[in-house]
Amino acid sequence: MKKRLATVVAALSLAAMMTAGAAADDNVVKIGVFEPLTGENGGGGVQEAQAAEYANEIRPTVTVDGVEYKVELDVVDNKSDKTEAVTAAQKLVSDGVSAVIGTYGSGCAIAAGPTFAEAKVPAIGASCTNPQVTLGCDYYFRVCFLDPFQGSVMAQYAYDEGITKVAVISQLGDDYSAGLANFFVKKFTELGGQVVTEQQFQTNQSDFKAILTEVKASEAEAIFAPSSITTAPLLIKQARELGIEATFMAGDTWYNSTIIENAGADYAEGMVCSTFFDEADTSSEVTSNFVAGYKEWLNADSSRIEKNGGNDAIVGNSALLFDAYNVACDAIEAAGSLDGEAIKEALAGIESEGVTGKITFDENGDAEKDTAYIDIVEGGAFKFLKTVTVQ
Amino acid sequence: MSKKTTRDLVLSILLAGLVCAILAYFQADSSAHSYAISIIERSVIYAVVAVAMNLLNGFTGLFSLGQAGFMAIGAYVTAVLTIPVEMRQSVYYMNGIAGWLENLSLPMVPAMILGGLFAAGAAALIGIPVLRLKSDYLAIATLGFAEIIRALLAAPVMDKITNGSYGLNNIPGFKNMFQPIILAAVCIAIMVLLINSSYGRAFKAIREDDVAAEAMGINLFRHKELSFVISSFFTGMAGGMLAVFMRSIDTKTFQVMLTYNILLIVVLGGIGSVTGSIIGSFLINGGQEWLRFLDDSSFTIGGAAIPLFKPGFRMVIYSVLLMVVVLFWRRGIMGTSEFTWDGLFNLFKRKKNKKSSAGGEV
Amino acid sequence: MSAITFAQHLLTGISLGGAYALIAIGYTMVYGILRLINFAHGDIFMISGYFMIFAMASFPWYIAIPIVLIGTVILGVVIEKVAYRPLRSAPRMSIMISAIGVSYLLQNLATYLFTAIPKAYPEIPFLKKIFSFGGISASLVTLVTPILTIVLVILLIQLINHTKIGMAMRAVSKDTEASRLMGIKVDSTISMTFIIGSFLAGIGAVLYFTDRMTVYPYSGSLPGLKCFVAAVLGGIGSIPGAVIGGFIIGICETFLVALGYSTFSDAFTFLLLIVILLVRPTGLFGEAASDKV
Repeated sequence: MKKRLATVVAALSLAAMMTAGAAADDNVVKIGVFEPLTGENGGGGVQEAQAAEYANEIRPTVTVDGVEYKVELDVVDNKSDKTEAVTAAQKLVSDGVSAVIGTYGSGCAIAAGPTFAEAKVPAIGASCTNPQVTLGCDYYFRVCFLDPFQGSVMAQYAYDEGITKVAVISQLGDDYSAGLANFFVKKFTELGGQVVTEQQFQTNQSDFKAILTEVKASEAEAIFAPSSITTAPLLIKQARELGIEATFMAGDTWYNSTIIENAGADYAEGMVCSTFFDEADTSSEVTSNFVAGYKEWLNADSSRIEKNGGNDAIVGNSALLFDAYNVACDAIEAAGSLDGEAIKEALAGIESEGVTGKITFDENGDAEKDTAYIDIVEGGAFKFLKTVTVQ
Repeated sequence: MSKKTTRDLVLSILLAGLVCAILAYFQADSSAHSYAISIIERSVIYAVVAVAMNLLNGFTGLFSLGQAGFMAIGAYVTAVLTIPVEMRQSVYYMNGIAGWLENLSLPMVPAMILGGLFAAGAAALIGIPVLRLKSDYLAIATLGFAEIIRALLAAPVMDKITNGSYGLNNIPGFKNMFQPIILAAVCIAIMVLLINSSYGRAFKAIREDDVAAEAMGINLFRHKELSFVISSFFTGMAGGMLAVFMRSIDTKTFQVMLTYNILLIVVLGGIGSVTGSIIGSFLINGGQEWLRFLDDSSFTIGGAAIPLFKPGFRMVIYSVLLMVVVLFWRRGIMGTSEFTWDGLFNLFKRKKNKKSSAGGEV
Repeated sequence: MSAITFAQHLLTGISLGGAYALIAIGYTMVYGILRLINFAHGDIFMISGYFMIFAMASFPWYIAIPIVLIGTVILGVVIEKVAYRPLRSAPRMSIMISAIGVSYLLQNLATYLFTAIPKAYPEIPFLKKIFSFGGISASLVTLVTPILTIVLVILLIQLINHTKIGMAMRAVSKDTEASRLMGIKVDSTISMTFIIGSFLAGIGAVLYFTDRMTVYPYSGSLPGLKCFVAAVLGGIGSIPGAVIGGFIIGICETFLVALGYSTFSDAFTFLLLIVILLVRPTGLFGEAASDKV
């Protein structure tokens, strides 16, 4: 009996494997949304996936060679895990996507790059800022600025503010966090500042008292701690509990109101971070249209608000993903083909007016952006402080 | 040659032909079937680890939970040696690469064998103190060693060799799906030969009663160590295959959870059955993807959304399955027996007999 | 490292050790009686953390804590009844696999129900008060943890040495068959062990998670293994041994992280385990037993 059951199950699973891989519809073009919906970066990934949904609603079709194609999103979860990322990428490739957008978190993008390159499917990253994402991979593009730039911006800012002693905390094994920390240290010491201590923590660590005690002993005036949204409030709270009063500084991930909410407005007060985008910036029409439209869309459904982090504040990565989607559509139209290779060629020459500014790609596939916004937390909300431009 | 063996031979050849045909069909249009191919590749790799674990747990009676650690060794050795030399600077961009390693590279298969040898070497060293321990102490000690190996690979002092906790990427993948399948088949075949040799019988004797085995003149420690080292060698090989399969590895891949997944395969297939482990591996890996709909909240049956279906449900089913097997069906799919054509035919015969004898029962 | 920094680290380490000690007691008692590493114990501790999140959503902390403790105890007892009792006569490997299976199930169940994203642990206001003393600053829970641990352990030792059920436990752990013949209800004694173990794990969870502020599905697995090591270090079956083992591991771990060896902090615990097993398998306070190792 049992053996028979097993045989039947085996036969079924084999059959299922054979039928895997769906047939493509004639007038549909698939765009893969490659995001971490669960795991450590789940929060940011869900925000991006949601922005893709909105972008798809705004622009549901593309015209290729005079034929209108419906754009279908194919969302996969890479679980914030480098190895799952490869499997998820393979799933997208076998689903026959023409282009891919995402992912949140550079580690997964670096891991999946070769898979996309081999299948000749171009990918457009939204907020993956590590240089390696595009450097080692011809098929990965991105619409945001890079870690070296971001690290330098924060170092420049700290130096301009008259801060001379900084403690740096980074996450072991996280390309984003460690990369940003490295570039910050480089620039800051170049400028003449002093990095008094460098501490590292492990993924999913929740007790930072030991490293924070070392930070306290180093008498740093500011702490540069690029890390994930889940880690940030823990770091802030535990630092304050230990009586550390230094200013917290970080990169784009911290431009997220959930951090203020979880850490408490009192504790988060004065925290500074760089960001790609500021919703209060109304100098461009594209931006203000997006901000108004997206807020309305979010408010139309309470589950959308919940996924966005409990409020309708628009975070930088949502805006970037919106841009990535549009760039992908532009490139498909410009290529006049659904072939990955042609789309990749078209991407190199694309020029697009995006929510986060004008987008063109350099020879590595990086967006040529030279401006970052710096925001500070005041009275429990992010407030635009200044823009910093680095050549 | 009796009639029966001729029949079995013919059937086996037919089955092998069928499998080859299916594989060739997938391979012919590999990009369209890359998902199915990746499932098959993963299954054969896990099958090697499962058989290796079975060699230790099922045939020698040593309950070891160190598989993830030995896989990590094999995976890292393979990865470090096969990453193309020109890519190395960009892979090790954070900390740089050690000078002696910069131009050191090996083709895939020798690298995997070397990975297996490293794992076997580590096992030989670990085995000397640890194999003196019994059952649960052995389990927790090997589990501890797996964690130590993982920590060492991720340690900052190893940055220039293993790229520390940043993991390795740009590992060249398999050229086609036959490579992993042949490699896995060779590995499993060697283990089967070992199990059927006099060593294998000694292992089984130790499993049944180590005191009696010792009295029969079997050198306990030597055989335990041998079993441990050989099992670890193949676990390391499979680790190398996993690295090539995944193309990008880091130490987080090789956590305790990986060992538990393999344990699930072994238990489901039947502790002490090689074919059971292989079937278990295909069931678990195939099921993993096939049951993906369980994770999809938009999946509906007859138009009704099932509120239970959301990410993670699949793994809950798996863990319940493991519990059910352990509690109610301890012998797993195959028990300690192996697959034979006779067994398969008897299965259907019994079904027929039952039907006729049970009369109108549905 | 200045004296103040050292003192601050020591306080962190002692507090962590206190939480470890409470969990380690559960391991040591169950192992003492069933000869089973209850792999699920760390996950019971994790689920208890989730219970608290839901209890605190609708009740104030002084009602929520008893509810959570009761819930944790029920979970522990149910696991024993469903997963361990039917296998009492089975080979030891099956019981271990069952224990691993329960651990696997609880982790996957938590991932399914609460997602893998860490959830914020509710704040118990009075435990979160910040005090500072001569340059050392911490929340009250850091100080409360070790004190409460010591108090609970003293109570537990009284219970084991001076009550009937305590005597039954000691008897069963010495010789199950003989105590059955003497008229001791072995099954209910084992249940009692699980009740005490889960209760202490529940208290440990409140203290541990209040200090760390987040719970996620794997937050019990590594602490669980470490606490088992603490139990082995102290001598399996010995309650004061488990407590001292817990403190040693907590303090060592904190200092390793402080010295910049955070990658080795987990590996160190296992190294300690292997050294102990080889050098002194009975642990610091354990009784000699022939069939353990």
